[in-house]
Amino acid sequence: MVRLADLPEMEAEHLLDLPCPVYEDSPWTDAPPLSGMRVAIITSAGLSRKSDETFRPGAADYRVIPADLESSELIMSHVSTNYDRSGFQQDINVVFPIDRLNELAADGTIGSVASFHYSFMGATEPEKLEPRARELAGLLKEDQVNAVLLTPV
Amino acid sequence: MRPPRFLWVPFDLGRPFGAPNEPEFQAKVARTALALLERDDGPVLLDDFPEDAPGGPSGDMSGWVCPVSLPTPKAEAGSALLEEVFAEIERLAPWYAFALEERGRTTFGLCKRDIEDVVRFLDGFMDGTPDNPLPDVTLGEAVRLASEDVRSWYLEAATAQPGAARPRELADWFWGETAVGRFYLALQPVLATHADERVRQVATGQFVPRSQRHRQG
Repeated sequence: MVRLADLPEMEAEHLLDLPCPVYEDSPWTDAPPLSGMRVAIITSAGLSRKSDETFRPGAADYRVIPADLESSELIMSHVSTNYDRSGFQQDINVVFPIDRLNELAADGTIGSVASFHYSFMGATEPEKLEPRARELAGLLKEDQVNAVLLTPV
Repeated sequence: MRPPRFLWVPFDLGRPFGAPNEPEFQAKVARTALALLERDDGPVLLDDFPEDAPGGPSGDMSGWVCPVSLPTPKAEAGSALLEEVFAEIERLAPWYAFALEERGRTTFGLCKRDIEDVVRFLDGFMDGTPDNPLPDVTLGEAVRLASEDVRSWYLEAATAQPGAARPRELADWFWGETAVGRFYLALQPVLATHADERVRQVATGQFVPRSQRHRQG
C-alpha cells in the first residue's frame, strides 16, 4: 500500500486507526520451487463478472473469476470510494495480474496458472471472511493450486 | 497480523502492481512477491519493494491534462448545474467512446443505464425520491452504484489518451474542476438527510472520498 506520508492527513489517520486482528501464530509453510507452482490470484478488490451480483457492504462471500474470462467481463464493485479505480479501468493487471501470471508460466518461471481465481470485497472485517476463506482453500486444492498471490487494494 | 510472506509496495491505493499498461514493471512486482515463496527464513517475512511506480511516487505531477478543455462550472446547483453536467458529458462522450474502443472494455454499466439516465437518477434526489433503477438492490445501494458509474465514465474518458495520470490528479480534476464534481458536492448533503437510512449511510461514507471532503461546505 501507499506510504502514509503520501496520503492526505485524514486518510492516513483513518488507516492508522483501522483495527487489525491479532494472530498468535503464522501459517508458515515451506514451498516447492517456483517452477513447480500452480498459482491462483485472490484479490480483495471486489471484482466480479458482469453477470454476477455486485458486492454489497459487509459482503463476506467471494466471486469466481475463470482464468479465461475476457477482461471486458470483469468489473469492480468494492464499496470504498477511497482508493483509485482509474488504474483498473485502464488495465486490469494493475490489480488482477492475470496476463503477467500467464507470461510467467509461459517462460517457465512458475509451473502453471490456476483455472479459477477469486475475489473478496476487502472492506469487510477479516474475521467474517474466514469461513468462506476455508471453503475456498478446499476449492484451490481441487484445482491443484499450491501458491496464491493475494492482491489487496 | 503476522502474514507468512508479505511484500510491501509504495504504490497508490488501488494499484498494487504499480501502474496500468506497464507490463514489465508489473511483472517485476509479481516476480518479487512470488520469490518470497522460495525463502525459508520465516515464520513472518516482510519485504519492501524498492522502487516507486513508473511516473514517480504518489503526489508527483505527471503533466496529465484532460483531453478536452472543459469550461469552469458556473452554476452552484439546480437545473443550471445539471445542464452544465450534460454539456460536459457531451464534450467528453467522444473520448469515452475512444477509450472503449481502444481498451475493448469499460467498467461503466453497474446501473445498466446510459450515462445521462444515471445522472438523472441521482438528480432526482434533489427534489424527492426517484424510482430505483435497480430493483434487485436497495435504494441506497443504487445510489452507491450510480455514483461509481458516473465517476467511472468520467475517468475512463479523461484517461483515454495515452500517458500516465496520477490518481490524485484525476481525483482533484473530478472533484475540483468539473460540473459533475460540483453536482456531487451539492447532492451529498441532500442525500445525507434522506429518509432512507442506507441512502444516508452512502452519503456520509461512500459518496465523497476522504481525500476530497475538504471541498464540502
